[in-house]
Amino acid sequence: MTALSIDTLSVRYGAVTVVEQVSADFPAGAMTAIVGPNGAGKSSLLKAALGVVPKAGGHALFFGKPLAQVRAKVAYMPQRASVDWDFPIRVIDVVLMGMQRELGLLRPVRAADRAWAMECLARVGLTEFAKRQIGALSGGQQQRVFLARALAQRASLYLLDEPFAGVDAKTEAAIVSVLQALRDEGAAVVAVHHDLASVPLWFDRVVLLNRHVIAAGAVSEVFTPEALRETYGGALPPVLAV
Amino acid sequence: MMGEDFLVLSFAPLLIGVFAAVACALPGNFMLLRRQAMMGDMMAHSVLPGLIAAFLLTGQVSGWAMFLGAGAAALVAALLVEAVTKLARVDPGAAMGMSFTTMFAAGVLLLELTGASGVHLDVEHALYGNLESLIWLDAQGWQSLLDPEALAGLPPELPQLALVVAVLSLLMWVFWRVLVMASFDAGHAAVLGLPVGLISLGIVAATAMAAVAAFTAVGSILTIAMLICPPATARLMTDRLGVQVFLSLIIAALSAVLGYVLAGQGPVWLGLPGAVSAAGMIAVTSGALLALAALFGPHRKAG
Repeated sequence: MTALSIDTLSVRYGAVTVVEQVSADFPAGAMTAIVGPNGAGKSSLLKAALGVVPKAGGHALFFGKPLAQVRAKVAYMPQRASVDWDFPIRVIDVVLMGMQRELGLLRPVRAADRAWAMECLARVGLTEFAKRQIGALSGGQQQRVFLARALAQRASLYLLDEPFAGVDAKTEAAIVSVLQALRDEGAAVVAVHHDLASVPLWFDRVVLLNRHVIAAGAVSEVFTPEALRETYGGALPPVLAV
Repeated sequence: MMGEDFLVLSFAPLLIGVFAAVACALPGNFMLLRRQAMMGDMMAHSVLPGLIAAFLLTGQVSGWAMFLGAGAAALVAALLVEAVTKLARVDPGAAMGMSFTTMFAAGVLLLELTGASGVHLDVEHALYGNLESLIWLDAQGWQSLLDPEALAGLPPELPQLALVVAVLSLLMWVFWRVLVMASFDAGHAAVLGLPVGLISLGIVAATAMAAVAAFTAVGSILTIAMLICPPATARLMTDRLGVQVFLSLIIAALSAVLGYVLAGQGPVWLGLPGAVSAAGMIAVTSGALLALAALFGPHRKAG
């Protein structure tokens, strides 16, 4: 089943086209990496599909429907740098934000809600940090708070923007095992990613992007030196001289 | 100072000062968190030409006409910022700086040209308000507090500000959760289906409402100070937003009461004649409280 289907999507900022006519399908039960050089439009592609930035053309369907009809099933984890971590709020309150669609405007947070939020924190290994202010956490811990917030939503599609940016090895392993568990439960996981070396280790599928799609499919089939060279314009990081 | 004198001379100004401070501090908390503090500055300055236009049209110095005029001016200022940002290719902060100074200056010129300054309005009024002149002549002892006829003689700024405080408190209580979500992480909130654009607009509108209501009574200086100083002080005292908002209201009220008393009694204690501007002293008090919190507050270092 296709969790997310992007069809000829374009994104423009002013006169600059950052995403051009991109079409790609993201199946359930798989982990897909979106890979490409800086400025390739990876984040913009996700944001435009989700309606966070306007589309210049094309559209995106979630489980065959427009996003507005299936919002509860779609969890989004923005880049860590996109928020102010000095914000006066506790870890547990950020995780509870993932449950906003159930909580609505005025329904009080019940013991069961809190217990679920704590369980999500436990899955990312942050139980003892629940009552800390978010600014008191390390970068890797903050990234895991964001992941716990996404988990709290009980979604079927997880769209993650740079989930491994600036985190330590321990956090990286913790996040990967959580994502793999989600995939094994049948969810679709899509991550904007920049570390090419880890793509074959963790991901099932890959979309190579540089404004338009260079290649998309199973990692074993499309993650080739030729495709990478085309994506990165010949300037491959040395680690990839596969 | 106590008894009847207090009711006639100080009761209304004190309450108006407290309500104005609280009305501004409420939305000020979110302005501060969203790094839009400049917006308050803009609102408090750009309302001046609207006030004068309303005065010229109706001949009244207070009341709902002034409120509407100021509201219209705030709207014009917001549109002006949009236009300048787009057409002059400058960042929003610079666009605000241009827009509100231009509008405030235009207001001052309008004052001088039309002779409105000869009546009740003048530049000083715009800066410091007229807190001391908002007296309650109908008060004849404490029983007046229960006398509808005497209560009707209260300065109209008092019920106006009380209403604004009530409306803003209610809105903040109902929309608390979405306000926090949209302010912390607008992208995530938008994906969950929250109308983040509308929420931003609502916060700006609430700020404009507070600024407009406070401006006529306490002037621009106190309005700006109360939008920012109490929330900023409270932020240094706690790491929890709910507590921050609660503390900011207490600090705002405390600044108003302390500042009012100091303005009247301070010079006497120093052996100087007369009193100083209450609005000015309240603003200075809120700044002093902020300085204290910055030096000794428990959460003054960012994590």
